Amino acid sequence: MLWFSLLVLIPLTAVIVTASGNGWVEFWRAVTNEQTAAAIQLTVGTAFLVTLVNIVMGTMIAWVLVRDERFFGKRALEVLIDIPFALPTIVAGLVLLSLYGPDSPLGVNIANTRVAVFLAFLFVTLPFVVRTVQPVLTELDREAEEAAASLGASRFTIFRRIILPSLTPAIAAGAALSFARGVSEYGSLVLLSGNLPMRTEVTSVRILSSIENDNLESAAAVAAVLLAISFVVIVAVDVIQRRVVRRG
Amino acid sequence: MSIEIKNVAKRFGGFVALDDVSVSIPSGQLTALLGPSGGGKSTLLRIIAGLERADSGRVEIEGLDATDLPPQKRNVGFVFQHYAAFKHLSVHRNVAFGLEIRKRPKAEIRSRVEELLALVHLEQFADRLPSQLSGGQRQRMALARALAVQPTVLLLDEPFGALDAKVRKELREWLRRLHDEVHVTTVFVTHDQEEALEVADEIVVINEGRVEQIGSPDDLYDQPANDFVMRFLGPVTQLGDRLVRPHDLQIHTGAPDPADVTGRITRITRIGFEIRAEITTSDQIVTVTLTRNEFLSLNVEAGSTVQVRVAPQIHAGSATGNRSEILRAT
Ligand SMILES: Nc1ncnc2c1ncn2[C@@H]1O[C@H](COP(=O)(O)OP(=O)(O)OP(=O)(O)O)[C@@H](O)[C@H]1O
Ligand SMILES: [Mg+2]
Repeated sequence: MLWFSLLVLIPLTAVIVTASGNGWVEFWRAVTNEQTAAAIQLTVGTAFLVTLVNIVMGTMIAWVLVRDERFFGKRALEVLIDIPFALPTIVAGLVLLSLYGPDSPLGVNIANTRVAVFLAFLFVTLPFVVRTVQPVLTELDREAEEAAASLGASRFTIFRRIILPSLTPAIAAGAALSFARGVSEYGSLVLLSGNLPMRTEVTSVRILSSIENDNLESAAAVAAVLLAISFVVIVAVDVIQRRVVRRG
Repeated sequence: MSIEIKNVAKRFGGFVALDDVSVSIPSGQLTALLGPSGGGKSTLLRIIAGLERADSGRVEIEGLDATDLPPQKRNVGFVFQHYAAFKHLSVHRNVAFGLEIRKRPKAEIRSRVEELLALVHLEQFADRLPSQLSGGQRQRMALARALAVQPTVLLLDEPFGALDAKVRKELREWLRRLHDEVHVTTVFVTHDQEEALEVADEIVVINEGRVEQIGSPDDLYDQPANDFVMRFLGPVTQLGDRLVRPHDLQIHTGAPDPADVTGRITRITRIGFEIRAEITTSDQIVTVTLTRNEFLSLNVEAGSTVQVRVAPQIHAGSATGNRSEILRAT
């Protein structure tokens, strides 16, 4: 508990104390500042969308990795999945810029657009759901599925009623991680997104520029809002997860 | 006949798990598939359930050709050694699963599940999760779940294999009584010959992917088709070139008869009411078991010289293992 306090609670409290240093009115002004609000909206919205994509794609990729015996690119995929983890984010940003920037060899230029933010988020959060679901899927009791089949359950019913409830806690954990990572992402998108105020500027960039302008309170205020949102999302994920498991 | 298995073969890669197996399983009876580990019992049971596909041969269930039917359409109840419980569902909902799939009315499901839970003595555990049950209770839940859909046949793959010896014994007696109540055609796999002899109406002995013998427990025990069955179903010892059960041998201290073999008692072990005597003859060590009273009336001890012979009217195989006498059961 002490360890947890030192590591998590004290810095969090410090952020909130700093945020409220100038009083409620200043706090409110800081977070409702047009540019800040736009950044928060973009960041949270995109992180949310990316998390949804990850829930579906991540589960599917994990499924292929564990269950598809004939899939022959499996080894390669195993390695590829971890690249976003292994790569320093700024290097990831560089890779994305050279692939999808103005000099794209693929002829796809998404520099300075919101798509760039989406893509960068997607890239860095890809492994979370895959890597949380995969071990659970490996450990699943195949015989329970066979039992369900001989009780008359179709493949789809088996997936929905037997497999999915077992995977849901893992999917939820992966989704929460992926959302949190998305909200805090900086390195991989600064280069490609162009950080255009009101359009492609995300909160981490916004916080940094506040700090550069010596406006520590404003930065802390934005951070506090993000904190609150992340907290709500994690709690919501947990509630949904429990419901899915219980319904079976 | 309730289940007809005709010339079924199954390979896993180059390994032959089942080699041209044909078995008829009668309706309403409790049949045991008995054999050593790796013999192909589970494979055969899974082929009946449709969980595995035979490479060749046919499977009929109640006159219906089920060879190409998926497990969903076979209406068999399957019970696994490791319970295969739906871990996130309560005991009640585990049992209700098959009925929910069949979209039965809620009230009907509820009353049927309650009836089944009573049958397996789990009424008070309806709201628990499987993880909150003991192994024996979990297996009874699995049995209730399989029975819920009123299967044509009930298949159990070493249902008590994961339980300790005492619970196992209780449960197999209970299964026998349950079967006398429910009367569904039941096939259960075991590699415990005592379990098969005690519970089954009929036993199918399977070894290395082949059927060695089919018959009632008495048939198998008293008239084993070959040495393998003889050895597998109970203790054996060798006297001269004959393979016999140790309790089918007699000892006496009188004058030697032409049929007798002379030997010296080299070891006496007492196991409860049973005495096991090891007798060393000129070329063999023979084991004889007899009751305590028989033994006491002989008035012998380690070192005594005795005559050994096979009790009259006892089947004994030839110890050279003449394979040609194997009854190819169909
Ligand atoms: N899915 C599989 N892939 C490869 N080999 C298999 C598979 N299933 C079974 N086998 C092999 O087939 C043989 C028969 O297996 P099976 O499970 O039917 O034996 P069993 O009689 O049930 O044995 P046990 O009493 O140990 O359960 C074994 O040698 C096993 O290794
Ligand atoms: Mg087996």
